[in-house]
Amino acid sequence: MSAPTTERAATGVAVLEAEAIHILREVAGEFDRPALLFSGGKDSTVLVHLAVRAFAPVPPPFTLLHVDTGHNFPEVLRFRDELVERYGLRLHVAEVQDWIDRGAVRERPDGLRNPLQTVPLLDSISEQRYDAVIGGGRRDEERSRAKERVFSVRDAFGRWDPRRQRVELWNLYNGAHKPDEHVRVFPISNWTELDVWRYVAERGIELPSLYFAHRRQVYQRDGMWLTPGPWGGPDDDGELVEKVVRYRTVGDGSCTGAVESDAATVEDIIDEIRTSRLTERGASRADDRISEAAMEDRKREGYF
Amino acid sequence: MASDLLRLVTAGSVDDGKSTLVGRLLYDTKSVLSDQLDAVLRSSAERGLADPDLSLLVDGLRAEREQGITIDVAYRYFATSRRTFVLADTPGHVQYLCNTVTGASTADHAVLLTDARKGVLPQTRRHLAVMAMLGVPGITLAVNKLDLVDFDRGTFESTRDEFVAHATSLGYREEQVTAVPLSALAGDNVVAASDRTPWYDGPTLLEHLETVVPDRRGCDVGFRMPVQYVLRDGATDYRGYAGQVVAGEVSPGDPVVVLPDGATTTVVEVGTPDGPVDRAREGEPVTLVLADEVDITRGDLIASADRRPRVDDELDATVCWLADEPLRPGARVLLKHGTRTTTCRVLDLPTRFDEQELALEDGPQELSLNEIGRVRLQVADPLPADDYADCVATGAFLLIEPNDGNTLAAGLLGDALSVMASGGGARDD
Repeated sequence: MSAPTTERAATGVAVLEAEAIHILREVAGEFDRPALLFSGGKDSTVLVHLAVRAFAPVPPPFTLLHVDTGHNFPEVLRFRDELVERYGLRLHVAEVQDWIDRGAVRERPDGLRNPLQTVPLLDSISEQRYDAVIGGGRRDEERSRAKERVFSVRDAFGRWDPRRQRVELWNLYNGAHKPDEHVRVFPISNWTELDVWRYVAERGIELPSLYFAHRRQVYQRDGMWLTPGPWGGPDDDGELVEKVVRYRTVGDGSCTGAVESDAATVEDIIDEIRTSRLTERGASRADDRISEAAMEDRKREGYF
Repeated sequence: MASDLLRLVTAGSVDDGKSTLVGRLLYDTKSVLSDQLDAVLRSSAERGLADPDLSLLVDGLRAEREQGITIDVAYRYFATSRRTFVLADTPGHVQYLCNTVTGASTADHAVLLTDARKGVLPQTRRHLAVMAMLGVPGITLAVNKLDLVDFDRGTFESTRDEFVAHATSLGYREEQVTAVPLSALAGDNVVAASDRTPWYDGPTLLEHLETVVPDRRGCDVGFRMPVQYVLRDGATDYRGYAGQVVAGEVSPGDPVVVLPDGATTTVVEVGTPDGPVDRAREGEPVTLVLADEVDITRGDLIASADRRPRVDDELDATVCWLADEPLRPGARVLLKHGTRTTTCRVLDLPTRFDEQELALEDGPQELSLNEIGRVRLQVADPLPADDYADCVATGAFLLIEPNDGNTLAAGLLGDALSVMASGGGARDD
């Protein structure tokens, strides 16, 4: 039954996997109530696979947490529930709609719901007394994330203060925090979009179907192809057209755009990303286009 | 698909063009995508510049953009067909020396920058000393702004020779250090070879980084694995000890010792995410099943029974002090080593590294922010440890403030400090 492991050990993806597993085990060892943010997107799906592998043959000691904007794609929610079922994990869902109904959060005039996730996220962290929250953020995604630590302390209000970050040396992660603070942990900080897809290929990880090229009715807004849904549809002068598209990121339907693509398999996608001239956020996230420091501002408030 | 990964750290002095060099590496390796480039073109135009300012590609936070400086370590990613790079970009100001320590702590290779007009500066020597102390296994000096000295061969060669001499006096072998003449602004010898340096037949900076083999001394201390987490399955009586092999290798049948208690037992199974294996090597995550019922918790160290680390409650170490409040003898703080956190007391502060003179000063009263010095510590629980020079993973530690949990210091067990002062004195800036 034994297999040599040295061939994998030298490759970049194996090094990144070992680093992520080390980090996930540190979280399990250092914290009492860790949660793992899981949306059904590729990065958090990879995180769940890493967690399952890190603690095999025992289930990972993390609760999954999903902040559901209410504008998610149905195939992604189905995928989410199937994965939770398959691995016998616990999932806690915070519905943004509940916060809107209670008046704790108000819809924005532009209809974007991604920015509305911060309050339900922070409320869930304090209600559930999570002391560590594991996320799939990567440093290559965006420039404020390039300065993020692997273990990132958030104050009593969930805020990130880039000027008060702890230095992080070797693989010694400092999880110490005060009782009302919590720590965000990013095990795949050093992965790029391409690394994620290489890992998906190597491990044969299943992902929601909308990552792969398919025919879809879409409409154009601000240069992005959006799917009509509860969040709206084309303006008066816009129209629905059928395109072959795929999603590079999967998030709230109101602000996540599809890209025209005929990449139908993981291998096609790896080729496509290698030659792409747009970042995944630039190509598909309306909420990051708001200003030069849009992500930095949201992160400071306590966003993912 | 088997591309490997090289972790880089960059460091330089103020205004030596480091942001431009990093921007150039990203731009010329096509790691900058058009939406990022559009943003840089827009910002450059708003600032009235004719050409895109590539340094804007690596500007991070709002405060840094406003002040035009880098405060914190930023991580950048780029790849070629031969290799994937993780680059820790650290600030140039003297007062941010410890950010350089942070970036260097995980680096396989360092790129130090200097302005060709200025040659080897005290800051270059300081960074070189930090790299030597931390054991970064290779260094490239990027002699930048060569266009401003008319691509003069003599200027480059004298800088290179001085640098190599200084590095070898710190313990580097000549094959571990390289210098490349370049202009980040114009792109000469960064990715593509320049026709303005016909006298230079060495590799471009990127060619060198693509092919350099990290010349690590290797941890030759025997098997070491700090226990991260205990896996239990009540239904099957399974009990496994999860951790990463940080030194040596481990196979079923190996005799091991559990420290600090000292119980000995034998490895029954070496589990990995892909199932049991015959042997696991340094860097691999494993789950060990042991022959005897030994009381093992997170924080213990499992090591080769025949090559054990020493177990001591008094430690000699070098620390880089990272906090605003200075370190004074008598301080009580937390010490994190491997997966164990314990309490410790600072007994004595025998030596301080003078970063201006690059010399050792005896009997300092305190260590202030960004200062490096030797300390003597007493730990509440005996610590199984190796010297940092012999094994990074079991020789490195953090000091932590017990009240707010902030990281106070980076620590290296053993006499790491004397390396730094062996390179001779500094010149004036």
